[in-house]
Amino acid sequence: MNAFTALLKRDLLLAYRNRGELANPMLFFIIVVSLFPLAVSPDPSILEGMAAGVIWVAALLSTLLSIERIFRSDFDDGTLEQILLCPQPLPILMLAKVSAHWLVTGLPLIIVTPLLALLLHLPEGTLGILMLTLLLGTPVLSLVGAIGVALTVGLRRGGMLLTLLILPLYTPVLIFGANAVQAATMGLDVTGQIYLMSGLLVLSLTLAPLAIGSALRVSVS
Amino acid sequence: MSLIAKDLEYARDDRALFTGLNFTINAGEVLQIEGPNGSGKTTLLRILCGLINADGGEIYWSDQDIQKDRYDYSNNASYIGHHDGLKGDCTPLENLALSHALSSSKENFSAHEALEKVGMGGFEHQLCRTLSAGQRRRVAIARLLNSPAKLWILDEPFTAIDQAGISNLESIITEHAHADGMVILTSHHQVNLPEINFSTLVLGQTTNTQHY
Amino acid sequence: MLQWLHKLASPKIFYNLASRLIPWFGWSTLLLLVYGLYGGLIEAPADYQQGDSFRIMYIHVPAAWMSMFIYLVIAFHSAVFLIWKITISDILARVSALIGASFTFIALVTGCLWGKPMWGTYWIWDARLTSELLLLFIYLGYMGLGSAIEDRRVAARACALLAIVCVVIIPIIHYSVIWWNTLHQGSSVSVMNKSAIDTSMLIPLLVMAIAFKLFYVLVVLMRARTELLFQERKTNWVRKLIQEK
Repeated sequence: MNAFTALLKRDLLLAYRNRGELANPMLFFIIVVSLFPLAVSPDPSILEGMAAGVIWVAALLSTLLSIERIFRSDFDDGTLEQILLCPQPLPILMLAKVSAHWLVTGLPLIIVTPLLALLLHLPEGTLGILMLTLLLGTPVLSLVGAIGVALTVGLRRGGMLLTLLILPLYTPVLIFGANAVQAATMGLDVTGQIYLMSGLLVLSLTLAPLAIGSALRVSVS
Repeated sequence: MSLIAKDLEYARDDRALFTGLNFTINAGEVLQIEGPNGSGKTTLLRILCGLINADGGEIYWSDQDIQKDRYDYSNNASYIGHHDGLKGDCTPLENLALSHALSSSKENFSAHEALEKVGMGGFEHQLCRTLSAGQRRRVAIARLLNSPAKLWILDEPFTAIDQAGISNLESIITEHAHADGMVILTSHHQVNLPEINFSTLVLGQTTNTQHY
Repeated sequence: MLQWLHKLASPKIFYNLASRLIPWFGWSTLLLLVYGLYGGLIEAPADYQQGDSFRIMYIHVPAAWMSMFIYLVIAFHSAVFLIWKITISDILARVSALIGASFTFIALVTGCLWGKPMWGTYWIWDARLTSELLLLFIYLGYMGLGSAIEDRRVAARACALLAIVCVVIIPIIHYSVIWWNTLHQGSSVSVMNKSAIDTSMLIPLLVMAIAFKLFYVLVVLMRARTELLFQERKTNWVRKLIQEK
């Protein structure tokens, strides 16, 4: 537990010292979302229908962009080797890395979501559901994405490959997340979707750290 | 306490870097691995610390296979590779604090003592990326002193270090060996360790080293 | 049993066995393909609703089955490789990927072709085809990872790990896509009406399915044999083999 907090604190400290970069995933998120009214139509009745989907796709792309850095600098400066060699359970350390990443990139997305909901005329009363699904879904995106990064971190040009590896795996989160909001718009019950997303979160919280650790052991060799 | 390598074997592409490699290091001994570029020195060190799996053979730490009992070995072995393993945006003290939190609670020297010993006293609170390559190397050495590790595995530890730093590191190694520690290192520099049990292992003699 | 399996996993024995099995699989595949195609394309009566266009099912359905089946085979061999470090399993998994991806592609293309007379358009985001499309992406990612990593040993372990991660997620993807589809177009006509299929149509379909499976085994054996020779090219038994030829 000591090691978990130490690593989490270090990553948060590093993020704080590079706070100029901190806003980038969030800005990306906002910009992508604001492109849609320009490309499709500023008509509120059209925007309303696609608001949830657009916000979810943008959150997914933003996570994809930022997740690549989760192990990059550790790999380059050799601290990743030190982490792999230390006498601590690796999955716990991986959970610390992913938690730090989510706190720095996932949480800000949720915080700016009300603003984007406003821009896209998200129907009244569904903002809460949207934020709840993002809260349950974005950690899953970080966890699953980190597996892909762990597999490709040793490659010089892993960027496109990473996209190919993890985007198909993101579809369940996208489907349940966007759908819950759409169902809420129509006044339907969304407990089912919320439970399913919680299930995905629990599943990935337990299994992904194991996979990330094993993948890193393979990549750093 | 000893490290035993048995029949180690590793090939890169089609070329065997080494086969049937055997050696033993006991407490208080220093082993230097020599060989031309591309002879597999770094690879051997990475196999020894468990980052790479050998194609064949076993490594025993205190008669335990390190692949099976990682915990005890990783508590007792410490590695410095080509990269220093330091975060540029952290100070030396913060870097040492993290490594210490990741290892067990025991330590040979406190962080301040360790930095003092490698001649980095006074730089505790400066970001590592503002330090020179040689200074960062020294901080990495301080990390070893700050850890409980008995076995040090050092890949080119003398790189980028100035003359005074080299003799300082040599005395640190000597002191570690006298305290029943063990060191495995590679170096192109003529290592000067007169007072201790020192041996060398030469790679790349029996194998074909013409193309890389 | 375990000993027997272990013996089979030795490259030389596997190679010899594969060489002996290949003609058997080759002929039986050919035989069943001819019979299945004849039964499906000529003998089976035309569908009362779909006319002759339903006959594409004899390619589409077995190919779709194979696309899923081969991924399971890959995941199984990946697990065997990671646990027991059996090289043959790595080879079998890696050579299966291209065949699996091809079957997935065939299933997609035939699905689109079938969709045109059925729905009036090539693509309507049907649940099965959508999940085939995602499966194709996963196959491509798996193959991409394998070819991007230079060191063979690293590539083998990385691919095996990826295959196992994906096999956990694929059912989730599959069912989430089906669930999504029923929400959005619950009324669309399903191409496969399981209950309505007549025996005279079913038998050729099953024959085709078996033929596709045999064809898969045949191609895997052939490709694995080549791959094995390449990987073991420094060993004595391969050198001897080359000298004999």
